Amino acid sequence: MTIKRVEGGRTDHKVFIYALSTCGWCKRTKDFLKEKNVAYEYMDVDQATREEKREVGEFLKERNVPLGFPVTVIDDETVISGYKPEALAEALGL
Amino acid sequence: MTTLEMVRRRAELDAKANGYFLNPDSEFLENILEGLRVNEERFGYPACPCRIAVGSFELDRDIICPCDYRDPDVQDYGACYCCLYVDSATYEKGEIHPIPERRLPEKALKVFSSIEEEEKKSQLMAGVVEDARIGRILFYCRQCGYVVFREEPPYICPICRAKREMFSEIGPLLETGGT
Repeated sequence: MTIKRVEGGRTDHKVFIYALSTCGWCKRTKDFLKEKNVAYEYMDVDQATREEKREVGEFLKERNVPLGFPVTVIDDETVISGYKPEALAEALGL
Repeated sequence: MTTLEMVRRRAELDAKANGYFLNPDSEFLENILEGLRVNEERFGYPACPCRIAVGSFELDRDIICPCDYRDPDVQDYGACYCCLYVDSATYEKGEIHPIPERRLPEKALKVFSSIEEEEKKSQLMAGVVEDARIGRILFYCRQCGYVVFREEPPYICPICRAKREMFSEIGPLLETGGT
């Protein structure tokens, strides 16, 4: 599994990021959550296995999310596409 | 081996030749350049660090840096998708924001299907169909004669550095053969 966990003081929401290890905006999103002390999990999709990539593709298609990175999923419900600190802050109640 | 310095130098030269600037945020710029370096090591070509590459030259051709979308993106948003290249106004402002994706979603979706299958399909299609659909035309620089085949004239002429206003379209030159 290519899922990594970053610990943080705030654990009231489940936060998952589909990211690319090489992407500057993905890094900004991860840094933003780290800075706000939010615990999160992420998958660098470029480093994922073929099977994992296929699953990610299906998930994004199913949710009708534009195919770009990062994609942040909060509580398996709210999907935030792209680096949007204001939207993240609002969804996480920061 | 590709070094960060090689990637940086190449981007600097390309920015200069095309009248662009590199991202003014040095930390962000460093991340993009490192992403390009990693991708070049990984695939043998510098695929866009902010897009998912298939790892097949034929399928990733449009996202090899500088990507096919850079010029229209800098024109419309002042920056390209990964924000490596920006225009002078964005550079001076020193502030960067994410921009929308111009690449067709079908292209990115290919990463999730069979590479072999897609490669065959794309070879069959050949470049002609694609070029006709996105409406590329020929432009020439009235100052130096440089000719380019694309959707819009370049930002500046990469040869003589004339402004884009110096570019004119080359219309169809069809010989009717006197019949």
